[in-house]
Amino acid sequence: MKFTSVFDIIGPVMIGPSSSHTAGAARIGRVARDLFGKQPTWAKIHLYGSFAETYKGHGTDVAIIGGLLDYDTFDERIKTSFDEAARLGLTFEFITETGSVDHPNTARIVIGDGDSEMSMVGISIGGGSIEITELNDFPLRMSGGMSAILVVHDDRAGVVANVAVSLAHHSINIGHMEVSRKERGNMALMVIEVDQNISTEILEEIELLPNITKVTRIKN
Amino acid sequence: MEILFRNVRELVERAEAENKLISEIMIEQEMIITERNREEIMNQMFRNLEVMEAAVERGLNGVQSVTGLTGGDAVLMQNYIASGKGLSGDFILDAVAKAVATNEVNAAMGTICATPTAGSAGVVPGTLFAVKNKLHPTKEEMVRFLFTAGAFGQVVANNAMISGAAGGCQAEVGSAAAMAAAAITEMAGGSPQQSAHAFSISLKNMLGLVCDPVAGLVEVPCVKRNAMGAANAMVSADMALAGIESRIPTDEVIDAMYRIGKTMPVALRETAQGGLAATPTGRWLEKKIFGSAAPANG
Repeated sequence: MKFTSVFDIIGPVMIGPSSSHTAGAARIGRVARDLFGKQPTWAKIHLYGSFAETYKGHGTDVAIIGGLLDYDTFDERIKTSFDEAARLGLTFEFITETGSVDHPNTARIVIGDGDSEMSMVGISIGGGSIEITELNDFPLRMSGGMSAILVVHDDRAGVVANVAVSLAHHSINIGHMEVSRKERGNMALMVIEVDQNISTEILEEIELLPNITKVTRIKN
Repeated sequence: MEILFRNVRELVERAEAENKLISEIMIEQEMIITERNREEIMNQMFRNLEVMEAAVERGLNGVQSVTGLTGGDAVLMQNYIASGKGLSGDFILDAVAKAVATNEVNAAMGTICATPTAGSAGVVPGTLFAVKNKLHPTKEEMVRFLFTAGAFGQVVANNAMISGAAGGCQAEVGSAAAMAAAAITEMAGGSPQQSAHAFSISLKNMLGLVCDPVAGLVEVPCVKRNAMGAANAMVSADMALAGIESRIPTDEVIDAMYRIGKTMPVALRETAQGGLAATPTGRWLEKKIFGSAAPANG
């Protein structure tokens, strides 16, 4: 079941005009911001399908930028997010793509600052609900609605078990989990959706485990 | 994690076997899924109800969208009702006025609660605040209205779709109208099975409705489709409460909506390429607003 909570249907409370093109877009931007872990200084946003065709009228652009500035779906500042982005030194560019994609409302967000860079693909599946389908070229499937941690690690035996044990020690229950890799023995990505928010301490603890490169989280 | 219902048949069977309202099954499911207590869940829905009420009020006072395409119609309808000249019945017209009010606020980038989407956010609150004047529900009953609507909406979202881009307007205003019809029926004292019939009657009359917004904006024809969605919901609830039954079971109606949505051309699924968006006036408005027509579909 994609939609588990009644508040996916009666909700979200949001700034109009479109749940998929405004609220969903803001959520995609905000997840990207969460995963990047800091305010990016530049953003390239590629829009596909219906997003590309109708983004201006739906405020998809101001919503995604609002999300990158950490605004929630009901934040009135979404309407003036471009001004706020300019004030905070976030430069951005929207690129409309004509290529075909699996879902009609798809955005690829590439963000960065002087130190690092990240790319993420999000889809808006209706009613403001979203899914993340790609992170730094790793395919994945993650709903934006749950707390989650994403672990970039070396593709070695025992890494998954170590992370699971660490979570168990802190009584964190795993709701959904998947592991993907680009090629065997190389770099891999673990996506773990959990029932509780994960503290910074736990993140740091996992980051110290062997063969772990980077840990990020999404708060619910 | 226990799932209490996956389709409308299971939802109705469970409600009738346990002698509970559909809203109660939805509340229990939410408690299981989120591990939160009843009070927290009821309070969250109450806050959504407050957002809906504020949007209705704001719209009835008159709003204008940035483009000027929509706004002010809720005021016109309210004045017409007050004149006493209404032909369709004041409760239906009141639902229409309040649905339009909500969607005019949405088009003006105001704050609304998606039900199930923003483009279809007028139907559920529009009908709720209209029938309120006849049925005089308690606050809890008003919150329950939203859980009943949510239970049916959740089945549609999981077994079909609720976005115009995926399934056309039938998936948005169609789902909203059917959800509202089911909720009105419960509030008026109908059985769970009657709620399901109201839902089916409503959705059957929305099948095939395309999503063809002019200039890609959630304004024309979305606002007026919410008006008709509200009217449809009211009549469908009345039909079910009169004892009229849908010959096609609800889950099969939902499946029909899904299949129709899957075969609907992309031009008619929220891309502003076909239907009313592609009429000469639709294109002219688009040009006037954006300075040029939207790019051809790639």
